[in-house]
Amino acid sequence: MSSYVLKRLLILIPVLIGMTIIVFSIIHAIPGDPAETILGQKATEQSKEALRQQLGLNKPWLQQYFTYLGDLAKGDLGKSVRTKEPIAKEIMPYLAATLELTFTSMLFATFVGMNAGIISAWRQNSWFDYIIMVIALIGVSMPIFWLGLMEQWIFSIKLHWLPSIGRMDQRDPVESVTNLYIIDSIIAGRWDQLWTVMKHLVLPSIALGTIPMAIIARMTRSSMLEVMKSDYVRTAKAKGLSQFFVVYKHALKNASIPVLTVIGLQTGSLLGGAVLTETIFAWPGVGRYIFEAISSRDYPVIQSGILIIAFIFIVINLIVDLLYALIDPRIQYK
Amino acid sequence: MAEVTVKPNAAAPVMEEVSGPWRDAWRAFRKNKIAMIGLMIIIFFVVIALIAPLIAPFNYKDQQLMDRLKAPSSAHWFGTDDLGRDLFSRVLYGAGISLWVGFFSVIGSIVAGTALGIIAGYFGKWADMVISRLFDILLAFPSILLAIAIVAILGPSLQNALYAIAIVNIPTYGRLVRAKVLSLKNEEYITSAKAIGMKNMRILLSHILPNSLTPIIVQGTLGIATAIIEAAALGFLGLGAQPPEPEWGKMLSDSRQFIQKAPWTVVFPGVSIMLTVLGFNLLGDGLRDVLDPRMKN
Repeated sequence: MSSYVLKRLLILIPVLIGMTIIVFSIIHAIPGDPAETILGQKATEQSKEALRQQLGLNKPWLQQYFTYLGDLAKGDLGKSVRTKEPIAKEIMPYLAATLELTFTSMLFATFVGMNAGIISAWRQNSWFDYIIMVIALIGVSMPIFWLGLMEQWIFSIKLHWLPSIGRMDQRDPVESVTNLYIIDSIIAGRWDQLWTVMKHLVLPSIALGTIPMAIIARMTRSSMLEVMKSDYVRTAKAKGLSQFFVVYKHALKNASIPVLTVIGLQTGSLLGGAVLTETIFAWPGVGRYIFEAISSRDYPVIQSGILIIAFIFIVINLIVDLLYALIDPRIQYK
Repeated sequence: MAEVTVKPNAAAPVMEEVSGPWRDAWRAFRKNKIAMIGLMIIIFFVVIALIAPLIAPFNYKDQQLMDRLKAPSSAHWFGTDDLGRDLFSRVLYGAGISLWVGFFSVIGSIVAGTALGIIAGYFGKWADMVISRLFDILLAFPSILLAIAIVAILGPSLQNALYAIAIVNIPTYGRLVRAKVLSLKNEEYITSAKAIGMKNMRILLSHILPNSLTPIIVQGTLGIATAIIEAAALGFLGLGAQPPEPEWGKMLSDSRQFIQKAPWTVVFPGVSIMLTVLGFNLLGDGLRDVLDPRMKN
């Protein structure tokens, strides 16, 4: 196992280097003068030169890259062109917002997806099964940004059930400690705000969680169907164990291995979807941070935002791989 | 009395029973209702895309500022948008854009991915090492984010969105082909082809490529669905199609501020994206069942 972990970590090195090269290249691959692209055509030569100095654009390419790597190693992500603030500091609250949203989305996707899949397999070819599979099929075909808009229209504008944008009631905010508002509200003992924070999470979490939910439901169903046919499940049934016990205890345990992989992979892909969801729900996360940076051509922010999300994505995939090896003893890594 | 069954035209069935891998697949495919529904949906949108200029009641650019944000009516089936443009016509024209981006970006990914996958799988060693790491790096980014990065470099336009989507999906096909080539490489018929002195290029083109085709077709069909959503997402973020192009994703982002007053401006383009994507997903799933049962989870 430890040699596998080591090998898995070694493979990451070229990937991380490649990642930094791609992200580093974003600003250098802009056709023409990057300083002019960022500041606009009306910018004076003086201000363009100042920006080139700040970004180190007038040094040789290779030297710039190594400076960039050195800065990254120190945790320095550069400064935002727009706000002049260090990005490493500025991005933290955005990152917390994204993590909170991603976590609740995945919770929704896993809970609903797995249960739907289990019941579908248990009652195979029933009406419930058909309805769940149709929903799952439509779910994977749904553009999440459109789903988000439809949710806002129905549940906020028409029914007034849930707030359509933001993270909490801004008129009476909770003091930020962790920037994870659920935890902040609990720390502050503000149960009223905890309730509004949770209400704000509902629509964006469902929008972001629908595709993983659909994929998890399909995976759980097919995995359960396979396991339900196996001898040990038949034995369990023959022993006279209750259906519920057989399905949720015996079968689920073995069926959950492929499902766990899917859950891990989907958690990673949620980070991409967050850009869209956060734009629609005015959710102040990294996705929105990147989107705003694109609109204002703030390239250092675009670079750092993409780098951070890609980095988290890699870490999640690594954890999934390791968990997979840990959970399933049948898997032998060479 | 002996019952006589007359077989009318006994020769005809022979024609139908001609078998071959593609005919067998088509026969199995026809029985797959879900896949057929998918195919119908796709044909429907392809036809719409082709005849949009003929059947659209208005030009997609025509602005009638007197008729801004009008609800669906007999004159404007899907209503009008904030510039008084006929939404029905715009949705019709939009079909062509989405299908075009979806299809050609996937073709691009397939061509590049297949070439790289074959080189990596067949020649192995350094080529495999470099190409596989390249795929790892591309897959280290959530795809929409990498597409955003590429468009941020190239500048926002429909064309660049297509390139970006094509690039981010290369590893999907590359890995698929590489794995297929690796498994084929040691087959006996490849060894014998080598033994009779066949050139590498000829082995690749006449033996390995045709045998890698099925998984590519299946993945490519599902890939068009993904590509259409990605293009719409880039359009929605303002990084894809630019006004006045009637791209569905762009239409959604232009109209979202009017959702309270004119929900139809958001409903119809969204439903169109969903149906088209659903069509390709259904067809892809069906093709997988028919062509390559082993790929099914």
